[in-house]
Amino acid sequence: MLQVVTVTLALIVALAVQSAAAEEVSREQIKGLDEQVQEIKADVLGISSELNLLEEKLLYPSNTQVSFFVSLKADDGFRLDSVELELDGKSVVHYIYSFKELEALQSGGMQRIYTGNIRSGVHQLKVGVRGKTSTGNDYHKTESHQFNKDVAPGLVEISVAGPGVRSNTVEFKDW
Amino acid sequence: MRSSLLATTLLLVSAPLAGADTAPLQDPYFAEALYFARQGDYFDAISRLDTELIQHYGVDEPQLDSLHIHINEAEFSVGDIELSYRMHHRAGRAIKAVIEGNVAPEVRNEAIYRLARIYFQKQQSMNALHTIERIEGKIPPRIVNDVTFLKGQIYLAVGRFAEAEGLFASLQGEKSHIGFAGYNLGVSQFSQGKEEEGIESLARAGQVESDDRATLAIRDKANLTLASHLLDSGRLDQARIYFSRVRLDGPYSNRSLLGYGWTYIKQEKYDKALVPWSLLLDRNVTDPAVQDALLGAPFAYGKLELYGKSALLYNRALDSIGIELDRLDSSVKSIKQGNFLKALVREEIKQDPGWMVKLRKLEDAPETYYLMELMASHDFQSSLQNFLDLESLRRKLESWDEYYNSFEEIIEIRRQYYEPLLPTIDDQFRKLDSRIRLRVEQRDRIDSRLQTMLVSPRPEYLITAEERITRNRLDAMAKRMGTRMEEVGDPTVHRIRRLRGLQLWNIATEYDERLTITFKHLTALNLDIDKMKKIYASFVRTRQAATQSYQGYDDQIRRLRNKTRDAMTKVKQLMARQGNMLEVMAVHELEKRRTALEQAQVKARFAMAESYDRATMKQQTPQPEQQLEQQPEQQPEQQPEQQPEQQPDAAESTGSDAQ
Repeated sequence: MLQVVTVTLALIVALAVQSAAAEEVSREQIKGLDEQVQEIKADVLGISSELNLLEEKLLYPSNTQVSFFVSLKADDGFRLDSVELELDGKSVVHYIYSFKELEALQSGGMQRIYTGNIRSGVHQLKVGVRGKTSTGNDYHKTESHQFNKDVAPGLVEISVAGPGVRSNTVEFKDW
Repeated sequence: MRSSLLATTLLLVSAPLAGADTAPLQDPYFAEALYFARQGDYFDAISRLDTELIQHYGVDEPQLDSLHIHINEAEFSVGDIELSYRMHHRAGRAIKAVIEGNVAPEVRNEAIYRLARIYFQKQQSMNALHTIERIEGKIPPRIVNDVTFLKGQIYLAVGRFAEAEGLFASLQGEKSHIGFAGYNLGVSQFSQGKEEEGIESLARAGQVESDDRATLAIRDKANLTLASHLLDSGRLDQARIYFSRVRLDGPYSNRSLLGYGWTYIKQEKYDKALVPWSLLLDRNVTDPAVQDALLGAPFAYGKLELYGKSALLYNRALDSIGIELDRLDSSVKSIKQGNFLKALVREEIKQDPGWMVKLRKLEDAPETYYLMELMASHDFQSSLQNFLDLESLRRKLESWDEYYNSFEEIIEIRRQYYEPLLPTIDDQFRKLDSRIRLRVEQRDRIDSRLQTMLVSPRPEYLITAEERITRNRLDAMAKRMGTRMEEVGDPTVHRIRRLRGLQLWNIATEYDERLTITFKHLTALNLDIDKMKKIYASFVRTRQAATQSYQGYDDQIRRLRNKTRDAMTKVKQLMARQGNMLEVMAVHELEKRRTALEQAQVKARFAMAESYDRATMKQQTPQPEQQLEQQPEQQPEQQPEQQPEQQPDAAESTGSDAQ
């Protein structure tokens, strides 16, 4: 009977790690594979950069290329929900933002919202911004901008700010 | 070139990634890369930034490019993002380039710190030590505490406990490492045998005030570690104080409740041990502490001579262990069938890292609760991240392979459109081109002649067409006159001479005015020529664009396709190996649990039988049973062989990186 009690006591602390039947993975194996993964990442990144350049040359040659970038001025209350773009009277983008995207914009990132091809000359860009103000009210603002497309790629920054930051919610900058 | 640029200013490295407190970037493509990086989309961030850098270095005048003013930030950001993308080799090379460059001490020291951190994260403690010891001179204020903390961690890892203690002691009171520095201070003191100082440090770390989850967790860990150490030392009343400071809803709660019960068991206060253990019995049975309590509670009831209750609880424990063993078996089977890997690559994991624990709710998925400890380990996490990264690469490569087909189709459509048109256009263009060249040459001749006339006047060049006709007519008349032109009194001769003189007079006196008008005409002509040149250049560009839209891509696409397919083969091979590694790790972990549970099962069976025996004996012959029951209390076996947390040692040191 006493032996049984002894076993019982030992049982309570029986979670000590026992040698397992299953095969173990060594640190060297993990390290070796990790290095190979890093190498393939570098290879794929190289392909990606080449592909970006090819794509740009093939699909968006510089003499017709136009890109619109969205930036956001940080504002405590304003929440940007969506941006709509019309280029020369034609709707080209309607983008709805996720929380992560908004955070990235607020911390200084810029979103390339549209890339396309247009002829040289003067063009009309119309931007519609929707969001919510700090008081929870719906906010909607539309602004227009005229820009000239020449031989170089056309880059227009659409800078959005909450109504609490500045009077012009939407400002434009031709790069 | 990159290296030299890298070596200019590391102070800027973290700034673009740091957040909104920095000045707006003057290059939208760089800002776009940061947009991706800040969402954790490191692959796209590096890819965009690499592309932008290639283009920047490829332009004729990089100083006119908008990236020029940010070039150092961009180079460093690539290294930074590569580090986040777990490309330590490439990031390390970039940072080494800074260290070896001719840079300010602050810049160099920050680079050394970052490199040492990489080595430490990769568990290369000696490399980390040699690196961090190269720090000399001024350190940027914002990383001073980080450097001290990392240095302390490295000293702890290589066994230089006294130096580690000094560093962690210097961080006491610093908000940046609250709790973590105190915990590590205690660990370094225990490692040197400084018992009382260690207790004091851990006790302090166990009382820090914070709302931060990581700090609260390290506070709990400090209390649990200290309490376990005191339990080992037999200072049971003190141990209870620290066990009780561990939060009931924190990650160390179960182990704390178990340990709390053990302090009473050691004092033979079995009824009191049942209080925390009863709480544990209602918790998730997959937790090792709960499983301990499953056997501990009936043991305590047995000691209280409540054998019936004890037997019932052992029976319950056996049922639970049986269920858990079945669950473990099906989990191992599920992993071997590949369900674990399938579940790991689900989209939800990317959205919510904590989702992995919820895998257990999926049909056929393994019981991840047993894998939580494994999943929290650095080896498993890095292997898992590699597996997820490889899966992401596989998807990209797969979609790129489709891109090439689309590109080729676009190119073919363009070829079919342009090729029949271009010969006619080219023919017309050649004719037009020769005329344009002729006109340009004429204009250049005029310009050259006018420039000469500014220094050596040639009035005859500026006669009008009418004047030229008149002059020719006068010359013809003079010719007809022949020798009569020598006669002085001839009125016709006189008239011819007079008219010639008049013409010469007019040409000579109007020369300046005529020259000015001619220059004005030349200016007007220049405007027309410029306009013509623009049209010409525009045509040439359009013509080139037409050709370039379908010519010269074949080799590039072929090369990229081959590279993509080669990479795909490698990615698939690596995924298979990485996946297998994860499965082996998971199965190994589950097998360990199964072995432990099987042993517990055997012992529980004996214990249950013994409890039944005692219960029966108590009913039949109460007096002899009481005598028998007095003996086990004198047995040394009552001393626990294992407490919930062992004495702290260097290996247990916790860094703020864990936050």
